[in-house]
Amino acid sequence: MRIPCYAVTTRIVTCLLISLLSWLPMTAAAQEQDGQALLEALDTRSFDDKSEAITAIIESEHERADVWLQALLDSDLQRLKDDGRFVIAVDSAGLDVSIEDAITGESMDDVTRRDLDRLTINNALRSQLRSAISLVELYAGDRDARLDAAEGLIGDVEEDQVEPLTNRLDEEPSAAVRDRLNQALAVYRLNQGDVEAVEVLSGSLNSNIRVALNRAAQSDDPLVVDAATAALADIEQNLKISRAAETLYFGLSMGSVLVLAAIGLAITFGVMGVINMAHGELIMLGAYTTWAMQQLLPGQPGLALILAIPAGFMVSALVGVAIERGVIQFLKGRPLETLLATFGVSLILQQLVRTVISPQNRTVITPEWMSGSLVVNDALSLTLNRMYVIGFALVVFAALILVMRRTRLGLEVRAVTQNRAMARSMGIRATRVDIMTFALGSGVAGLAGVALSQLTNVGPNLGQSYIIDSFMVVVFGGVGNLWGTLVAGMSLGVINQVLEPWAGAVLAKIIVLVFIILFIQKRPRGLFPQKGRAAEG
Amino acid sequence: MWLTRPFNERSTQIFLLVLTVAVTAVTILHLAVPAGHPLYVSGYTVGLLGKYLTYALLAVAVDLVWGYLGILSLGHGAFFAIGGYAMGMYLMRQIGDRGTYGDPILPDFMVFLNWDSLPWYWYGFDMAWFAFAMVLLAPGALALVFGWLAFRSRVTGVYLSIITQAMTFALMLAFFRNEMGFGGNNGLTDFRELLGFDLRSGATRLGLFIASGVALALGYVICRSIVASKLGRVCVATRDAEARTRFLGYRVERFQLFVFVVSAMLAGVAGALYVPQVGIINPSEFDPLFSIEIVLWVALGGRASLYGAVIGAVLVNYAKTVFTGVMPDAWLFALGGLFVFVTVFLPKGVAGLLARRARRRDDPDATPEKEATA
Repeated sequence: MRIPCYAVTTRIVTCLLISLLSWLPMTAAAQEQDGQALLEALDTRSFDDKSEAITAIIESEHERADVWLQALLDSDLQRLKDDGRFVIAVDSAGLDVSIEDAITGESMDDVTRRDLDRLTINNALRSQLRSAISLVELYAGDRDARLDAAEGLIGDVEEDQVEPLTNRLDEEPSAAVRDRLNQALAVYRLNQGDVEAVEVLSGSLNSNIRVALNRAAQSDDPLVVDAATAALADIEQNLKISRAAETLYFGLSMGSVLVLAAIGLAITFGVMGVINMAHGELIMLGAYTTWAMQQLLPGQPGLALILAIPAGFMVSALVGVAIERGVIQFLKGRPLETLLATFGVSLILQQLVRTVISPQNRTVITPEWMSGSLVVNDALSLTLNRMYVIGFALVVFAALILVMRRTRLGLEVRAVTQNRAMARSMGIRATRVDIMTFALGSGVAGLAGVALSQLTNVGPNLGQSYIIDSFMVVVFGGVGNLWGTLVAGMSLGVINQVLEPWAGAVLAKIIVLVFIILFIQKRPRGLFPQKGRAAEG
Repeated sequence: MWLTRPFNERSTQIFLLVLTVAVTAVTILHLAVPAGHPLYVSGYTVGLLGKYLTYALLAVAVDLVWGYLGILSLGHGAFFAIGGYAMGMYLMRQIGDRGTYGDPILPDFMVFLNWDSLPWYWYGFDMAWFAFAMVLLAPGALALVFGWLAFRSRVTGVYLSIITQAMTFALMLAFFRNEMGFGGNNGLTDFRELLGFDLRSGATRLGLFIASGVALALGYVICRSIVASKLGRVCVATRDAEARTRFLGYRVERFQLFVFVVSAMLAGVAGALYVPQVGIINPSEFDPLFSIEIVLWVALGGRASLYGAVIGAVLVNYAKTVFTGVMPDAWLFALGGLFVFVTVFLPKGVAGLLARRARRRDDPDATPEKEATA
């Protein structure tokens, strides 16, 4: 009896195994078949039928449903002409299209465009797809994805989505997502003519909400019209504030670039009285140092950028000292000749970079922690790299003020500029002070270059475009006054940004230049002129 | 009369003689010598030399304000370009309906930009006398306004240099705009004829070359007579000690303004002669780099010696033509090096070298004259 018993057990186990083994491929096959059928339904000429097919896909809860919907929305869902298989175009930039199987997700051999039939959609389907994808994301994604999804639903809520969304509202843990969902539902209710929905929407900056309110403001119901008009006025007010804040932000960031570029000049020109037309090229060298550091440390743009700060300072400072020793010291007391000679140096440096590196622009990579932006609201997002530049400018400025006010070097510099002979007879080595001051000013130009490399193209002409602006800032602020440079740079940046929307970038720049030219006529010594003996220099 | 006084000076006599001989020689070599002969001067060379002569006139204008008034203008290219634009506008109107679009009044670029009528500031430029008057008046007016504002508030030295540079930079940006109505970055080109003479014919080129020579001679004499007059003495006094001159009772800003305006007009004339010879005027003439290059010509030739400015302009531009043809990359090195070399080692320029040699020959024991500093 034992044997049959054993046999029976074996048979049962075997049976189980066989059924299991056969069941596994069967489910996969069933899914595949299922998927094929679902997609098959999409391939029809009628858009109504397509719409139903999309609903079917959503309801099937197929594991690749979201992939298909997204691909369909992006016009990437296509069908092979040969065997009718559905594929998703992954990269269709070139002549050949690289594709993957829509159902299994396996990548396949490249095909040409001619081998494919695209599944077309119209605008109604597009909006259906978008809200469908949002719904799928709303249940599945992490907080950011859910926020995006909820945002995408604003203005796109369909009747049959109201219930699942209302349910979702109770489950949603994040307040921000709940806000968006509330707004999405409110837009739906507003479209149905519900006046109270306006209250939820008032003050929001989302463009879809504005569209909905605008539509409501033209409806027949006077109550709705009044409420919507009031809400729109509110929104307009908020928008204005946001735009003003954005202009201010851009102005300050542009201003801090100007301050960075000019602050080194404020030391060499303002404090020492040396006209250095090669200052722009020292900025350029700082930017190229950043580029070079990133070449030396491939794959670590952030570290390279941080190391570029001391490196850029050193490179520009050394070149600055070379200029001072090689040219400027022979031209003491002849400012116009100094101007010409240093201009010659700037030409040589530019051409040197063109010959040694390349006449083409170089790209400096922005590290991850500097890219992206800080989203304040729908109309206002502050890009991080500009914020870093503003901070950097302020730090550099503060450091310079400290050096000039609190260190021995600063004291000696001030002594030498005020009365060279007297300072020398007090035992200050004036020549050494000259070199140190010039190195400091030039090094700061290098720092400006490091910062600029994050905002603009790095090319041989980088410096040239900043030299006139820098001189304007120094002259506008008052020569020999670091605070004046800060105020002048920031205000010129903001003025420029305020003018830009209605005058255009070029005209704004012209207006600023003309303004400074006229300003100098009125106050030849700048905003904050030096007083006393130093003013007669 | 004050204008004839320079003719009694030896340096002016020599300069005018050399210039006359040079222009005549080129004319004869161009007309009388058969092509292919080693001494033949081609039409291309005549155009090139004509261009140098206009540059020389521009350098004389800059030297007048920098050398004798101590004003380092880094914006004289703007006056040159404005004179050029005035001439260019006249030449554009002369094209008439022979342009690509065949509009009898509007220049091609305006048709291209869909403008329906001529802007008001283009009126009158179909008449030669008006355009030629504008060649003088437009740069003169700009210099008058700019100079009046600057000198009245006693903006001098480096500050003045920087704001003149800002001025030409602002003008460059402005002229690059299509909305300005000066052809944007393409500028004005495709000229046909000047006063009825075909601009592409050799005879017209030669005529323009001779006209440039005459203009240079006239400009030189005018500058020389200003410099040699009492007014010129006040200018030099202003250059060397502005405050002291003021204390002596001279209204310094008036002298400065007068000379500055004269200089701007000369620059305008140079630009007007330059445009028909090169066949184009575009905003790059406003480039601050060009203006500062002019100053280099003067510095190389010798500041405060008008013939030095002429020598400098011709030398640098000849070098530029040669360099940019043979090894274009090296030109900026050479130019930059020249800036440094001249300012550090040759503060009085080529003219200074010539003068020193002349002095040594006349009086071997003479001590070098004390040099004026800027």
